[in-house]
Amino acid sequence: MAEDCILETRNLVKEFKGFIAVNDVSLKVRRGHIHALIGPNGAGKTTVFNLLTKFLAPTRGHIQFNGQDITPERPAQIARRGIVRSFQISAVFPHLTVLENVRIALQRKLGISFHFWRSDKTLNALDGRAMELLAQVGLESFAGMVTVELPYGRKRALEIATTLALEPELMLLDEPTQGMGHEDVGLVKDLIKKVSANRTVLMVEHNMGVVADISDTITVLARGAVLAEGPYAEVSKNPAVVEAYMGTTQA
Amino acid sequence: MNRKRVGYAFLLALMLVAPAVVYPVLVMKILCFALFACAFNLLIGYTGLLSFGHAIFLGTAGYVAGHSIKVWGFPPELGLIFAALAAAALGWVIGSLAIRRSGIYFAMITLALAQMMYFFFLQAPFTGGEDGLQDVPRGKLLGVVDLADDYNLYYFVLAIFVFAFWLIHRTIHSPFGQVLKAIRENEARAISLGYDVAKYKLLAFVLSAGLAGLAGATKTLVFRFATLTDAHWHTSGEVVLMTLLGGMGTVFGPVVGAATIITLQNELADKVGSLVTVIMGAIFVVCVLAFRRGIVGELGALYKRMTGTR
Ligand SMILES: Nc1ncnc2c1ncn2[C@@H]1O[C@H](COP(=O)(O)OP(=O)(O)O)[C@@H](O)[C@H]1O
Ligand SMILES: [Mg+2]
Repeated sequence: MAEDCILETRNLVKEFKGFIAVNDVSLKVRRGHIHALIGPNGAGKTTVFNLLTKFLAPTRGHIQFNGQDITPERPAQIARRGIVRSFQISAVFPHLTVLENVRIALQRKLGISFHFWRSDKTLNALDGRAMELLAQVGLESFAGMVTVELPYGRKRALEIATTLALEPELMLLDEPTQGMGHEDVGLVKDLIKKVSANRTVLMVEHNMGVVADISDTITVLARGAVLAEGPYAEVSKNPAVVEAYMGTTQA
Repeated sequence: MNRKRVGYAFLLALMLVAPAVVYPVLVMKILCFALFACAFNLLIGYTGLLSFGHAIFLGTAGYVAGHSIKVWGFPPELGLIFAALAAAALGWVIGSLAIRRSGIYFAMITLALAQMMYFFFLQAPFTGGEDGLQDVPRGKLLGVVDLADDYNLYYFVLAIFVFAFWLIHRTIHSPFGQVLKAIRENEARAISLGYDVAKYKLLAFVLSAGLAGLAGATKTLVFRFATLTDAHWHTSGEVVLMTLLGGMGTVFGPVVGAATIITLQNELADKVGSLVTVIMGAIFVVCVLAFRRGIVGELGALYKRMTGTR
């Protein structure tokens, strides 16, 4: 069923000056799934994200989104198509308020983002929706705070709220629980589960607890290439995976 | 906030009576450089772009205004608008080439392109080379108000400054300004939210160039001549100094910085001669080492600490 597949890569390759970081990766992400991309450090997971969102240009290979070839597009175009990513290192606008962070994402759809003669009070119309989004990630009481002052876990939650503001069809999350304490990991996990209700999530995640609990499909990457693919129960028993990855993980 | 309104009204009143106390040409010079620095600050302070060739917009507009008024007989208001548009157009060309790169490369490309224009001005016959474009008549504003009178001109220059300052203030506090701040804060994230950051940077660059041009054209009218100095990279450096000293990314910082530097230069020029350069250098070092937020930035931080607000 071709239409069931929201994102597909064909023989994706990325070389950095002769070093092959991503090697012939063909991925299929099914609509509505939470798809986890796992693998040891340096396996090429972040690079795959950069290729999918065109922050890096693939050396070879193709990317299809909803059956359309998006390989030649620019990153901002990809985002406007509904593929929105987060970053491995927290991606907030530190000196804007928490509310403004979400509003930046909401504002684009108004089509007034080039209007330098218009007062930013126009944007107050977005506050209601922004507060809803903040409430979804438990940040409504932080709305007026300058983002740089938020604790780390909250910043990551804000990132998710900002990403959700765009109502992406496909959300790419790069290690959403990295560096978080135990409770925060649980919160973010539940949050991802919750927001995946009517969209697709592709996430890089090191925490095997999270992966086992919420992902429908797992792709294991090692040295740039796909090592195994399938549901957690299957993949975790694969001897090649155990050797390449499970043995070295801290989780 | 109402206190802000009162503050602005007070400053405006002060500026209206200033020529009764201070030599109007000095205040006009300060206003021109303050506008130049505000335009520069729109880029460095609110978009995170360091243009190191900004004087070329000041200088180019100075020549365009001078030539169109003196040779083509443009009335002053038209000469200024035309010059600002010319600077904006040049900004579009230089900006389009430079924004493909970021950081130090961006700065170097703006510098290199500005240098090329500088040598063009040095050679081109209409600029008068080292002598400058002299004897530009100030003319009559809208055919009525005689700008040869320093006081008349002062109020015209003040009006230009207030308009441009308002425009910059509005730009900073507009939906566009929000996107600029987002780009300054985290460019990759702004892209991932679907913003074509290059287009936003380019518009900011063009606006900044046009307003810097307005400053240069106005300056030509004030001094009745356009000079190579305004297009020289020294002047590009000076605007960096003014902005840093006053407080980059603050609304009033560039104004305070420009006023301080111009006044100092004015006071010191006959007393210490070329030592002025050394003093400016020392100010720069002290500013960068000791109070990095600049005068307005540091005062703002102090105020916040004392009132206990964020
Ligand atoms: N821009 C780059 N230039 C050169 N090498 C890179 C670049 N980005 C990533 N790499 C290399 O590619 C490999 C994969 O990196 P990455 O995708 O970040 O791994 P992961 O996210 O799986 O930990 C690493 O060896 C890394 O050093
Ligand atoms: Mg990574």
